[in-house]
Amino acid sequence: MKQEIIIAGFGGQGVLSMGKILAYSGLMEGKEVSWMPSYGPEQRGGTANVTVILSDDPVSSPILNTYDIAIILNQPSLDKFEDKVKPGGILIYDGYGIHGGIKRKDIDVYQVDAMDAATEMKNEKAFNMLILGGLLKVVPMVKLESVLLGLKKSLPERHHRLIPMNEAAIKRGMEIIRKR
Amino acid sequence: MAEEIKLMKGNEAIAHAAIRYGTDGYFGYPITPQSEILETLMAETPWETTGMVVLQAESEVAAINMVYGGAGCGKRVMTSSSSPGISLKLEGISYLAGAELPALIVNVMRGGPGLGTIQPSQADYFQTVKGGGHGDYRLITLAPNSVQEMADFVALGFDLAFTYSNPAMILADGIIGQMMEKVVLPPFRPRKTEEEIRQESPWAALGKPASRKPNIITSLELDPSIMEENNNRFQAKYRRVEEREVRYEEICCSDAEYLLVAFGSSARICQKAVEIARAEGIKLGLLRPITLWPFPTKALAGYAGRVKGMLSVELNAGQMLEDVRLAVNGRVKVEHFGRLGGIVFTPDEILVAFKEKIYR
Repeated sequence: MKQEIIIAGFGGQGVLSMGKILAYSGLMEGKEVSWMPSYGPEQRGGTANVTVILSDDPVSSPILNTYDIAIILNQPSLDKFEDKVKPGGILIYDGYGIHGGIKRKDIDVYQVDAMDAATEMKNEKAFNMLILGGLLKVVPMVKLESVLLGLKKSLPERHHRLIPMNEAAIKRGMEIIRKR
Repeated sequence: MAEEIKLMKGNEAIAHAAIRYGTDGYFGYPITPQSEILETLMAETPWETTGMVVLQAESEVAAINMVYGGAGCGKRVMTSSSSPGISLKLEGISYLAGAELPALIVNVMRGGPGLGTIQPSQADYFQTVKGGGHGDYRLITLAPNSVQEMADFVALGFDLAFTYSNPAMILADGIIGQMMEKVVLPPFRPRKTEEEIRQESPWAALGKPASRKPNIITSLELDPSIMEENNNRFQAKYRRVEEREVRYEEICCSDAEYLLVAFGSSARICQKAVEIARAEGIKLGLLRPITLWPFPTKALAGYAGRVKGMLSVELNAGQMLEDVRLAVNGRVKVEHFGRLGGIVFTPDEILVAFKEKIYR
């Protein structure tokens, strides 16, 4: 099993931390993982993306040509990565950040209205966990318990009280994702 | 108990490994993409546990000269920076080499020249292995290609530096510094006591007992006949390093008809290119120099009669290329592929270049 994933959006949307939690979750299941961020003056407003690889075998390149799964959270990221999803691959997008216009017919496209759900939950920081929940519903690459363990590992202890909220967001994400 | 597997950035791994090695002092100045080294050291507060000094100097120049001072006392001392900051340190590195002082320097390369970009690059190969600073000196150079090697090469770099009384460098880049992977950190070792340092490094300037003459640490010698002797001693040492310390990795080389030659992050990306080529039935291998100096000249020369072509794949305009060509001495075609200024090639781009330049 190998999942090659790109998560792309605006800085501040929790793109890098979502990737980190996914990588930690893989680690909890004994998988080989790599997390390669775009880095630079990109926080809050610029574009940010991270490549996450979960694999049963050692990971060779952390830099990829194409991806099994693209999680697209804003229009510039769609323009950049739509063509790089492997045929038969998966594209997941947030309905607030992307207003359609997806051209590919040879991939499976899913919509998660995570921004709307986060507003309903009165917690905009739940956004990335709603997306993660959607991803795990479509491709259950790691177990929910592993994600919660991964959250515990990746969050500083003072934030551990936020784990139940994150769990609720992941479960909500699983409910609201829908195929386009 | 077996060490826990952790997930961390290459830069963080260097910081943790430095504490665990029993490093006496780190002197640095922040610069992207390596600032996590200093940040992690500050967050870990090793001065409260091992007694390690962690200091943000007023500049890169100050930091390398603090390293010179600490190294002169026989201490395990290190600094880190990224390309423009390393340029500032070069005078100090030449002085360390001239005074035959052991120290560890980390360069997490970014695109240049000048202030350039903060994105990854390997354009400091010449600077590192061909001098950089002035004079006939050599810098032992380790090129990690994983977070695990970032951690492991701290101990290796220090050990080589002390074995040969010479500065050593870990030459990484923004990819290896910023990416997170699994890592098993090395075990904790105690810092050397002053008594141990006096025994192992009798040249160290740790305070003069009545029993011996003063130890003088200097790279200055105004008498050219003595300076030539010093240089001859350095050169003899460099030949010993070249004889004993070459390290490299061969991937899919045993039946290879063509070779990629790449170091650090480029070697990781090349590994994927090799996987794709093999799936297409092309017998492609990868030779990865782990030490850039001493360079695996003999290993490459051994392939010169066996393969039909080599491609030196680097995030620069063709620097290691020259050493690969010198190694094979015209016996096989060697070409170069690179991306410049902080752009990173994909495995596909490498394969396209390989097919255009070597495999026709």
